[in-house]
Amino acid sequence: MLDAAPRPFVQIEGLKRYFDVSPSWLVRTLERRPRMVVQAVDGIDIEIAKGETFSLVGESGCGKSTVARLVVGLYPPTDGTISFDGNDMAVRRAGAETAALRRRMQMIFQDPYASLNPRWRVFDIIAEPIRAFGLAKDRADLQSRVDGLLRQVRLTAADGRKFPHEFSGGQRQRISIARALASEPEFLVCDEPTSALDVSVQAQILNLMVDLQRRLKLTYLFISHNLAVVYHISTRVGVMYLGRLVEVAPSETLFRRPKHPYTRMLLDTIPDLDMSGRQRNPVAGEVPSPINPPSGCTFHPRCPFANQRCRIERPKAIAIEGGTVACHAVEEGRLAVEERSYDAPVRQRA
Amino acid sequence: MADHSADRSALGDWLHRAADSDIWWSFKSSSLTVVAAAATLFIVVVAFLSPVLAPHTPFDPATLSLSDGLKPPVLVSDDGDWSFPLGTDDQGRDVLSSIMYGTRLSLEVGFASVVVAMLIGITLGLVSGYFGSAVDAVIMRIADVQLTFPAILVALLIDGVVRGLISVQRHDEVAIFVIVGAIGLSFWVQYARTVRGSVMVEKGKEYVQAARVIGLSPVLIMVRHVLPNVTGPVLVIATINLGLAIITEATLSFLGVGLPSTEPSLGTLIRIGNELLQSGEWWITVFPGITLAALVLAVNLLGDWLRDALNPKLR
Amino acid sequence: MTPPTNYPPLLEVKSLRVEFPTRRGTLVAVDDVSFDIAPGEVLGVVGESGAGKSLTGNAIIGLLEPPGRIASGEIRLEGRRIDNLPYEEMRRVRGARIGAIFQDPLTSLNPLYSVGRQLVETIQTHLPLSAGEARKRALDLLKEVGIPGAEHRIDHYPHQFSGGMRQRVVIALALCAGPRLIVADEPTTALDVSIQAQIIALIKKLCREHATAVMLVTHDMGVIAETADRVAVMYAGRIAEIGPVRDVVKDAKHPYTKGLMGSIPSLGVRHDRLTQIDGTMPRLTEIPTGCAFNPRCDFRGSRCLGERPELMSAGASRAACWLHDRGGVGAPAAKDLADA
Repeated sequence: MLDAAPRPFVQIEGLKRYFDVSPSWLVRTLERRPRMVVQAVDGIDIEIAKGETFSLVGESGCGKSTVARLVVGLYPPTDGTISFDGNDMAVRRAGAETAALRRRMQMIFQDPYASLNPRWRVFDIIAEPIRAFGLAKDRADLQSRVDGLLRQVRLTAADGRKFPHEFSGGQRQRISIARALASEPEFLVCDEPTSALDVSVQAQILNLMVDLQRRLKLTYLFISHNLAVVYHISTRVGVMYLGRLVEVAPSETLFRRPKHPYTRMLLDTIPDLDMSGRQRNPVAGEVPSPINPPSGCTFHPRCPFANQRCRIERPKAIAIEGGTVACHAVEEGRLAVEERSYDAPVRQRA
Repeated sequence: MADHSADRSALGDWLHRAADSDIWWSFKSSSLTVVAAAATLFIVVVAFLSPVLAPHTPFDPATLSLSDGLKPPVLVSDDGDWSFPLGTDDQGRDVLSSIMYGTRLSLEVGFASVVVAMLIGITLGLVSGYFGSAVDAVIMRIADVQLTFPAILVALLIDGVVRGLISVQRHDEVAIFVIVGAIGLSFWVQYARTVRGSVMVEKGKEYVQAARVIGLSPVLIMVRHVLPNVTGPVLVIATINLGLAIITEATLSFLGVGLPSTEPSLGTLIRIGNELLQSGEWWITVFPGITLAALVLAVNLLGDWLRDALNPKLR
Repeated sequence: MTPPTNYPPLLEVKSLRVEFPTRRGTLVAVDDVSFDIAPGEVLGVVGESGAGKSLTGNAIIGLLEPPGRIASGEIRLEGRRIDNLPYEEMRRVRGARIGAIFQDPLTSLNPLYSVGRQLVETIQTHLPLSAGEARKRALDLLKEVGIPGAEHRIDHYPHQFSGGMRQRVVIALALCAGPRLIVADEPTTALDVSIQAQIIALIKKLCREHATAVMLVTHDMGVIAETADRVAVMYAGRIAEIGPVRDVVKDAKHPYTKGLMGSIPSLGVRHDRLTQIDGTMPRLTEIPTGCAFNPRCDFRGSRCLGERPELMSAGASRAACWLHDRGGVGAPAAKDLADA
């Protein structure tokens, strides 16, 4: 359970990202409105080991997608550091050096209908990273690389001549994966890669991702709101709530022995497909606005175990059972660890 | 290097897709649009072939004879002369030939000013939409201010400034460029606003983010990814603005600040004829007027159709 | 659990066929769909995108978007045909007898009116109540769907509510005239998981208390398993399997349903790979002959290529699959022999 490697492959420390959503200066002055800042990501620490799948789960607005975009450099962080294989990403480097680092991390997006340029042929879409990083020796090499990538995601070389609109959602997501693999990356950030897909297609894509990870020794940062998917694919899981990590644990531990009250609530929302009559307690209330998050522990207004301390003091992450939890109730021993079992589903008779 | 067989199959591929496309289908099923397209094509072809097709070269003083002056059109008067089917003006110029040459000039000015407006508008729109914040604010406030003046006023102003700067003779030589520039500058706002809006939608899409993850420069992303996806609305505006630009040029020329009488466009012809309208020589002004109306109407009908055909909500 | 069977069905759908005429020919989006819903029963209609589940729902509430149209078949509500009613009459049926809940609560509400006004208007359209009585009923409905501080919130506008609260208002709106049937099309898809659970619990509770039947259209098998009494699984415009929810979920009879259930990650034993159905659902323009599922089916026989299976009884359910016919699926299809 302890860190084997001295330095994690990806290390995120004290990461913060605030978005200014204030109205324009003129409106603010005339209508005497204050500045408004969304604390999308409010100080999180994550370590990802080489070859593992680290998942971030949470409800919409918890900041998980912002973390994904911060990691690949689509936004600069407000504060904190991201280091990749020992390189601090915030350090200014020569163009070639930056490109060399960028090449090693790529991203897969959620919406297969928006993530491919509708005016480009599939061949050019997949060839773009190869061209941008100058990886192909000549035209023939480029062709064979793209053909190989298409085959790797179970499409055919002939599909390269088509346009994105000729494909179904699942096939487009395969193209998106092929593009992400084109620069031969080691680290893939996957932002809800299956949430726009039908379940049977989701299974195809998840299986493909697992196969590719094994074959190409990839490391994944996987963002999802679907807990069953996260359970299936992850080595370790981080649960986010209002821009903060409330619990991090190895996947089995998180689902079998959840500690944070929010994690428990999330697990309660998973539909019972095994028809086992498992008891569920849907928690009342909704996620508050991240513009004015609650004081102390941001979960306290929805938490049945909250006390005065929770309302005032922000809980620190404490190490427990190979993971971390940020909860006063757990820290003080007020809240016992809960054992959960999910009886193996009775598989259908063939 | 050129691989002809590949090129041909790509062309065949393109033709096949074009013939199968929704746009072509929507074109074929709208008879008004087909008529408008045919009319536009006819006018454009005839105008550009005027040196070959026109019976006279009306602006070569050597071919003019005052004795031919003010002949009425053949179909309405026995005084007509079949070598001047639509009559002549006071200088003895053939009205039909003048119209053909004038239409060509009007179309040239129209096309050129649309291109100028597009280049300015698209560039500013892309920059404004992609970079946002202060750059966007400055460009869009300029656009707002310009929108408060009618386009014709802006064009008059620009023309006036140029006239103040250079001599009259020089002005006649560069008149066409001044007019094109003036009309172009007065029409860029619409392109800029539309492109800016589309860019703001497109740049949020994940394919643009994917290009950013690869590390492409903003200029490359704009040109390669964003621009091809905002061409639809731009094409619609360009078509509708072609009609507007021709009208604007005609108006300026009618007001006497456009193209000189030595090189008359449709607007100039109407102005020349207007002076003689009181004395009963109506044909000098009415025929160029009909041509102008027909041309603008046909182009606008095409523009309307294109707007509907490219709007997914109306399909 | 099981609804009483001695009542006549509340809703009867017989051989429903929905077509979309296009310039490339007529697309059949819903083909030969038949099912019943008993009073107070929750029927889940599940399927992947393009399966025709939403169109079936829209056909029932008379809101098919043109050029889509009901080409043949019958829809009866309480014995009365409603598929051929004139628009105005259908509008009255839609408010009074059938309520509708859609995916996006924001587009179901008029942003310009307060929720109270929208509720009162709907109530007065369908029930002979005075303004005061209607407002009282609106308030009761808001309380019933769990809007905290309903007395105060009744005069708020839709944008002042959160997504979950808005969907509660939409549910109140659907319940205004005390309908016998509610057609809910993906009512929880746009909501966060914790809110989804709340809304599902609410729909279940209300239907039990009001004895309202529900046709629950969704792609989410989890929602169905939690809510429905019976479930119809749709594939390429047809019902592949229909039966009691427990049987369909735990002991599916149609190979498609089996694949679908297997492809959902479960929290039980972690498997290395999920069961996957290769390929994708055919586009409406290229639905294969015979059983529409045959190109993706592991049990395909020669019969599946040529003959289209009707729903036939299979255990407690009915499945459209030759596996459940005495004749079986026939000899393995030629392609399988070539592969072997």
